[in-house]
Amino acid sequence: MTKLQTIVKVGISDMNIVQTPDVIRTSGLGSCVGVVIYDARNGIGGLAHIMLPDSSLAKQKNIHVAKYADTAVAALVEKLILAGARKYKLQAKLAGGAQMFQLSSGSDIMRIGPRNVDAVTEKLHELRIPIIASDVGGNCGRTIEFDPETGKLLIRTVNQGESYI
Amino acid sequence: MEPNKLSEWQKEILQEVGNIGAGNAATSLSVLLNERIDMQIPSVQVVPFEDVVDLVGGPEQPMVAILFQIQGDTAGMVYFLLTREEANYLIHKLFPDAEGEVDFQTVPNDMLLSVLQEAGNIIVGSYLTALSDFINIHIHPSVPQVLMDMAGAILSIGLMELSPYTDDAIIIDTKMNDVGEANKMSGQILLLPTPDSFKKIFQALGVSDHD
Repeated sequence: MTKLQTIVKVGISDMNIVQTPDVIRTSGLGSCVGVVIYDARNGIGGLAHIMLPDSSLAKQKNIHVAKYADTAVAALVEKLILAGARKYKLQAKLAGGAQMFQLSSGSDIMRIGPRNVDAVTEKLHELRIPIIASDVGGNCGRTIEFDPETGKLLIRTVNQGESYI
Repeated sequence: MEPNKLSEWQKEILQEVGNIGAGNAATSLSVLLNERIDMQIPSVQVVPFEDVVDLVGGPEQPMVAILFQIQGDTAGMVYFLLTREEANYLIHKLFPDAEGEVDFQTVPNDMLLSVLQEAGNIIVGSYLTALSDFINIHIHPSVPQVLMDMAGAILSIGLMELSPYTDDAIIIDTKMNDVGEANKMSGQILLLPTPDSFKKIFQALGVSDHD
């Protein structure tokens, strides 16, 4: 009997992992970055919905790891390996990091999208995880859904329809 | 201050603050449309980031937002939120000669955009002016930006600034709608102040941080 497919939803500054046949989704990414890290051979994939580039920005005592690029990527990799993924098989896909906010105020949130993308890219590079595909930047929101069985990432926007990377 | 440490008493004060702003904004909208506008008592909610989008129908809900940064003595973001239909109703009611309609597929023409920006200016401007007078601090809105996109992408902009401090947002939510025959217009104003600004609000009103 085949297991029914469940869609696991990841909220803002949250992360989770799935195994085939389940898929994982996060909705309404703006300047946030959705990073998918997966082991295609073993059918395991994880997704983090990251808000900010670096945990050194935190002004809280307890850091919410999935909120920041550096801590989220590391924690997601750890979670995947615990679930049976092979470190050397891991690959990544990215989406989001749009520049939603155009107002000029000298505020840091102006460039937060590109900074999030840079931070995730750098952390993945440090962990030697190759980025297979990405759809980042621009100025529109994205919903993404990853299927570890095919390794494909579905990207949906309000004005440009759907595509796969 | 941590949003989840907000006392009931402090919540009531924020609700009153919201009430005063909303009353003024509803009056402005009513004058603009020449219709009677009803306003619900604003709600003050402390919500985890991921639940903020549920206040407007979920992260993927397409919406028309006119957003402003709060400038002056405190910081934060104010949203005036509309559905596509409401935005078009507002535009054509204010400016019957405007050509075309806004939708999520095409970039709206400058005329449609400026009508929306101007309506936002008037409504949010009167909202913030009322707050400013009541609290006796100096705040004013930035120039407006119109966004037509998914709720998650739009609301996360306001959460970014709070994000280093907290995992919960304090949101003052106001809903307005017209009454009578038309019944085509409703709008929602969301105020997302930074944690720092609550201190200033409570101080200015002479309310202790620790009640």
